Amino acid sequence: MSQVQAAPALEAEAVTKHFPVHQGARAALLRQRSVVHAVDGVSLTVPDAGILAIVGESGCGKSTLARMLARVLLPTSGQVLLKGVPTSAGSRRDYARTVQMVLQDPFSSLNPAHTVEYHLARPLRLHGIPGNQTLDAAIGQLLDRVALSPAGEFAAKYPHELSGGQRQRVAIARALAVRPQVLIADEPVSMLDVSIRLGVLNLLGDLRDTERLAIAYVTHDISSARYLADEVAVMYAGRLVETGPAADVTDSPQHPYTQLLLAAAPDPDRAEPPSLQGRGAPPSLVSPPGGCRFHPRCPFAMDVCAQKAPPAFETGPGHRSACWLHAPQDPSQLPTSTDQGDGPRPGTGPAGRAAT
Amino acid sequence: MTTPLLEVRGLNVDYGVGPDAVHAVTDANLTLYPGQVAGLAGESGSGKSTLAYAITRLLRAPGVITDGSVWLNLFNGDSSNSIDLLAASESQLRQIRWSEIAVVMQSAMHALNPVYRIGTQLTDVLRAHRPQMSRAERLERAAELLRLVGITPDRLRAYPHELSGGMRQRAMIAMALALEPRIVIMDEPTTALDVVTQREILEELAALRERLGFAVLFITHDLSLLLEIADSITIMYAGRIMEQAAAGDLFRAPRHPYSLGLLASFPSLHGPRVRMTGIGGSPPDLRHPPPGCPFHPRCSFAMDVCREQVPPLRMPARDAGSGRLAACWLQDPGHPTPPALAAEPVLGGSR
Repeated sequence: MSQVQAAPALEAEAVTKHFPVHQGARAALLRQRSVVHAVDGVSLTVPDAGILAIVGESGCGKSTLARMLARVLLPTSGQVLLKGVPTSAGSRRDYARTVQMVLQDPFSSLNPAHTVEYHLARPLRLHGIPGNQTLDAAIGQLLDRVALSPAGEFAAKYPHELSGGQRQRVAIARALAVRPQVLIADEPVSMLDVSIRLGVLNLLGDLRDTERLAIAYVTHDISSARYLADEVAVMYAGRLVETGPAADVTDSPQHPYTQLLLAAAPDPDRAEPPSLQGRGAPPSLVSPPGGCRFHPRCPFAMDVCAQKAPPAFETGPGHRSACWLHAPQDPSQLPTSTDQGDGPRPGTGPAGRAAT
Repeated sequence: MTTPLLEVRGLNVDYGVGPDAVHAVTDANLTLYPGQVAGLAGESGSGKSTLAYAITRLLRAPGVITDGSVWLNLFNGDSSNSIDLLAASESQLRQIRWSEIAVVMQSAMHALNPVYRIGTQLTDVLRAHRPQMSRAERLERAAELLRLVGITPDRLRAYPHELSGGMRQRAMIAMALALEPRIVIMDEPTTALDVVTQREILEELAALRERLGFAVLFITHDLSLLLEIADSITIMYAGRIMEQAAAGDLFRAPRHPYSLGLLASFPSLHGPRVRMTGIGGSPPDLRHPPPGCPFHPRCSFAMDVCREQVPPLRMPARDAGSGRLAACWLQDPGHPTPPALAAEPVLGGSR
């Protein structure tokens, strides 16, 4: 599992990504510049030989963050550190040798006109073949690592001859060809059939355990994050709302948004329909709300929430929540004593329905 | 026991004709009771959507219904009227579709016409089916329908692209309910939505069902969701029904290895984090289905008989009188049943 002492494999330091909005003539004349605040000031770490799950709904900025981690996009501000070294130094190719990406859709990320062998041979030729192996032996070994056997048979196949799960394994093998230290997997199983998702997730877990690969697993599915990851980071509207050990975050969620996400997730163990606290939809990221971006929906919102964005407060060992409710200094601000009266309190909601 | 609203018997659907035909649905039986939520779960290519389209006769060529019957039993006070939808004429069907059976299609993004306002699309169905209504009445009804699904009536003048995904899906549901049908077929109605929106729509659906009393055939690949919302669940694989049971029974005591595997494919949100296996292998190519039970190449309990003969869908001996069905040789008295497939259902297992 995650090594607390070792330097993190990959770190994001207050990374921000704003995309310019293409606007009409009037706004251009008035020199109004608007941007989409896709990711704002996110700091997180992918532990060495561990899996960090980045969880959030569509449009929360998780894929933009993943792309910045993979250096496909450059941050507007802030920086990404690889083993403590800023990634802006060094070439793109050197970076790609260390950090690789696996995309969501294995139906479009493989070239239909080429065989599996071609897909795996290219990175090997470009970045070098490990050891004194022949190209064929290296391809065979890659296919073995992703459990596609017999390797010889799969190497000759075209993508259309493979199932979705097999295609995603080829995409993972292609990423592994350069012997990276970090893998960024952006929704790697969401396009796959339910029965084969776990196989691909288990493969990622095995790569962490046996090859000490660090993985950033981007997903909208918090139960798969709980299953696979060591650490979980929850995003909402471009900001990080909660980070911590996977089991802690899902078993005792601290941030009201994480609680909402868990209450809404399908759960056959649930005896009664859940009650959602904080209905509605995420805000526009062109003009996001001031203060905490969740405050317009938050059932516990206080005055301070609309004014100042909350920093991350420590709520447990390695567990942080960006919510004023967890600010230690002023207990009178807490809803226990003032705003909420006898209403539900954060931490007693979804956490109260732990193991049945 | 009440009389079923919809009875599907021995339905077979092929894509194409002759020896190359793909059997998308083989020998499907399904019963829907008034006011019930029947869930239909399966992976892509399992035939679940094909089955739904066959029921409503909305299949497009090369889809062909080769056998079976679909009985719609309508009661109005004392009189009852049973119609075989597969034998009904086009004009009969036109009267039944939407007013008795409405469909909410898979992708709300594409099911709404982008160049017409929501109000126009809502009143269109009323104009076709309720010619006696005036324009003002139609608009009033359209506004009422939007209010029903939690959208403010001022959105009647909005175009589909001005609505969020969740609102478009709500508008689709409002449209399906316009003529107060007795059956609503929903094909993956929440798949493209975020979990919070999905949950909100499911809540609204439950409240509407309570009020209006329609029955739902809910089709999805997400078994964990069905277990929460459905009364009974049918599990399809490679065009065949593998198991049919009350939701609680299926969850606690599955009888088919495929159901067991599917249940082990959804990581839990509670308890210790243990390694789960899912199901090895991949779903079969329906152009070349395996002989015998279609699941046998992926089944860890497969026996010789499974490779040769298709197991019939019948009531397991241990569940006599329960009404649940499974298509598995392991449930045959002559074969040893693995403990995982012989669990005792909780008393009164249905919720």
